[in-house]
Amino acid sequence: MNNESAAMPAWRRLIGFNLLSGILLGIVGFYVGWWLGHQIHAKSLAYFADTNQNDVALMLGYLLFVVGFLVGLGYANYPLSRMLGREHSHRQNEEGGIGRYFGLCTDHKVVGIQYLFGIGLFFFIGGLNAMLIRAELLRPSPQLFGAGNYLTIVGLHGAMMMGIMSSAILGPFANYFVPLMIGAKRMAFPRIESLTFWLLMAAGAILVSTVFFGGFPTGWTGYAPLNDEANFGFDSYIFFFALVGISMTLLGLNMIATIVTMRAPGLSWGRLPIFCWGALSTSILMVLAAPVLIAALLMVAFDRGVQTSFFLSTSGGSPYLFQNLFWFFGHPEVYVLALPGFAIVLELLPVFARKPLWGYRLAVAGILGVMLLSFFVWQHHLFVSGLNSTLRPFYMFSTELISVPTGLIFLCGMATLWRARLRFTVPMLFCLAWFFNFFIGGASGVFLSDVPSDVATHGSFFVMAHFHYTIMGGLIFTFFAAIYYWVPKMFGLELNERLGKIHFWSLFIAFNSTFAPLFALGLMGMPRRVATYAAHLQPLNIWVSVSAFVIGVSMLVFIANVVYSLVFARKPAAANPWDSKSLEWQVPTPVPVHNFDRTPVIDSDPYDYGVPPPLPKAAEAPATAPG
Amino acid sequence: MREPNHLRRIAIATIILSAVATPIVVVLIAPSLPPWNDSSASSGQVNDNTVLLGILTPIVALMIVYFAYTLTVFRNRGSEQGEGVAIRGDSRIHTPWLIVTTTIVLFLAVFGTVELADAGSGGGQGPTPAFKPTGSDNALQVQVIGQQWEFTYRYPSYGGVETPHLELPVGRQVEFHVTSLDVIHSFWAPKLGVKADANPGVDNIAYVRPTHKQSFDIRCNEVCGLWHGYMFDTGQVVSGPSFRAWIRGQQALFGPIGPQLPRFSGHYFPDPQRRAG
Repeated sequence: MNNESAAMPAWRRLIGFNLLSGILLGIVGFYVGWWLGHQIHAKSLAYFADTNQNDVALMLGYLLFVVGFLVGLGYANYPLSRMLGREHSHRQNEEGGIGRYFGLCTDHKVVGIQYLFGIGLFFFIGGLNAMLIRAELLRPSPQLFGAGNYLTIVGLHGAMMMGIMSSAILGPFANYFVPLMIGAKRMAFPRIESLTFWLLMAAGAILVSTVFFGGFPTGWTGYAPLNDEANFGFDSYIFFFALVGISMTLLGLNMIATIVTMRAPGLSWGRLPIFCWGALSTSILMVLAAPVLIAALLMVAFDRGVQTSFFLSTSGGSPYLFQNLFWFFGHPEVYVLALPGFAIVLELLPVFARKPLWGYRLAVAGILGVMLLSFFVWQHHLFVSGLNSTLRPFYMFSTELISVPTGLIFLCGMATLWRARLRFTVPMLFCLAWFFNFFIGGASGVFLSDVPSDVATHGSFFVMAHFHYTIMGGLIFTFFAAIYYWVPKMFGLELNERLGKIHFWSLFIAFNSTFAPLFALGLMGMPRRVATYAAHLQPLNIWVSVSAFVIGVSMLVFIANVVYSLVFARKPAAANPWDSKSLEWQVPTPVPVHNFDRTPVIDSDPYDYGVPPPLPKAAEAPATAPG
Repeated sequence: MREPNHLRRIAIATIILSAVATPIVVVLIAPSLPPWNDSSASSGQVNDNTVLLGILTPIVALMIVYFAYTLTVFRNRGSEQGEGVAIRGDSRIHTPWLIVTTTIVLFLAVFGTVELADAGSGGGQGPTPAFKPTGSDNALQVQVIGQQWEFTYRYPSYGGVETPHLELPVGRQVEFHVTSLDVIHSFWAPKLGVKADANPGVDNIAYVRPTHKQSFDIRCNEVCGLWHGYMFDTGQVVSGPSFRAWIRGQQALFGPIGPQLPRFSGHYFPDPQRRAG
């Protein structure tokens, strides 16, 4: 296979089922759908005749774009071959060079790296949008973009960060490391694993394409009935989020199946690494919550395309229905973003504290408790909406109750520092910053859960500060912790530590200097998603904008570090540079295609650090399983 | 070398820090924070924030002391890579922790409910409010009608006159009826401590009693399309006589179109306006 492809001329290697053919077929599919949509003549479409905005055509275009994209990538090959009675396997794709990363590959390690770069790309597009937002807010009246484009930028930033980033840790790191941690050779459903990645990329491309169709004015929440009157560009939002939902659901199912069924002998639930518990709980949230979003968006698509009226009060529907469905997904969704962060912190602390994880069972209980409770709190997003006000005390209580399991996670993390021998490496710094950020985020959350306080702060910049502290401070910081921690294993190369520390400190300081003043701005009466604000709020807004630009510079330091370390310096990393006892560090670097020569047998949890001396390590256990 | 009693040191430092910081926060800082004391609702919200900040301060003190202590005392010193102490848990720690956090949560839920029972704290409660203030039967009804992209105000007890300005008499219980003609808006007057979503087809009721004569800002607090950022307004709280003079002026100005308008309705369904923004 390798020799064969090496003998081919370069252009010949571009032909086949890969990203290029995927994009080409996707574009063909789009125009076929577009054409098809314009052939449909119905009274409901005549409604739009004066606006020249045929939603059905755009939706069919997007639908066939996705189909063409996936067929071009080769997702139809397996089912078609089987239908024709032929044997087919994608496993040959797992061998070979850099081409693996630009197509359908069933190796979980390839998918993990695909995810890392794909998500990184959209993270930086989303971050660029944040820079544009802050540039606009330097002045109290719109200067740069005008009201419509500003709302589109805000919506793009929000949707990108809430949608694509929901797989920020599960996509790259759980796909890559959960099989290694549980001693498996692959994920349970490798083709589906690869599909989740390419669906997410298709979703991102569709969301960005909204700029060709006028953008959308709704923010990432897309409330009805504004979503019905919104421009053409809102169809991009619908398809983006629905595809993200499908990707999340499949990713979650795959992860649950893998962790439940494919653990190595001896890896009981009580020995499962805490990161796997986090991945499992997040997956359960994804599987239970994301389908609600998909259904709600399907209804919106019908409302816009063919005049059903699920959410239109003018013809018997209910805007509350959309809010309820959206937040029934939306609140578990924010824990989809936060829980992997908890898991990363608890997974990494023992390595750098040189101690066992304190209170393993409590930590698991905390993670499961947060997971469970997150389904019972969604109406706190509707505290001033006018829905049944007698329910408010219940939702206030259930929301505040989440601080008990979250408190357990804090306790386990904090107590792991107790009488430790702390090593302040770059990943450890990011984990410690998580405590700071998430504490502020969680404490401000208590104000928002308390109805009287919430009336003052609901929907204002206070809320924005709160969820940036929990999501950016909770997810993005641990995302970087995971990158600095696991890149030596994923690429076999070291990241530069000095640049890493510059990145950390500039990000940590600029992050706090950006978001702490937003609490004050919110209390002083600045609502979200406005490009106009009271003149006396300008000094504080300038401060925030300048700090936000420093975050941007700090991200450039990170990119410089990645380029320098992975392209120029190329300093080989040791197989286990952190001296970790977790199973994923016991395999050689680079990780062999099928991970383990022999199925490992696990005889303890991976946290046997500290004195008294620990038990023997799992990966060096005898070849025959006891019993 | 004998291990010093770390726990006692942390406890003492935390207690000292909280004893100093809590009174400063509760007496000096919290009561002077927005939304200040210009109405019954905003006073309630400031009280609420003060209690929450008072509970939060000792917890912040604990976090600061704990992290400052552990990160300095338990760091790995020198070039030797040492190992920590293999402690895997301690029920003497986690049981009190669980009891304390649960107690705080229960207290917060009860306290929040008690505060909420005071007329819903200025939040929109829908068409059948669960939390009514005393004297709500005599309240001044003001209907707030949101549309893209402005609020108008209708006074049912003054012949249903509808004006683009909001004035309220000081000291009188006000009953806002918030609704929308098109998409979801949100009526927010930060200084009054009032926030209620304007949903099409829904009568969302919020109570407030302004206590100071002043002007106050009004903003739309839910993204409602293109000119959402421009949907703001300034209202006035004035004395009773000047309010009556003002409303007579409004009646003279806008009265002629009064017969065309319903005096009051829980909702208004105009023809669907598509593609407005």
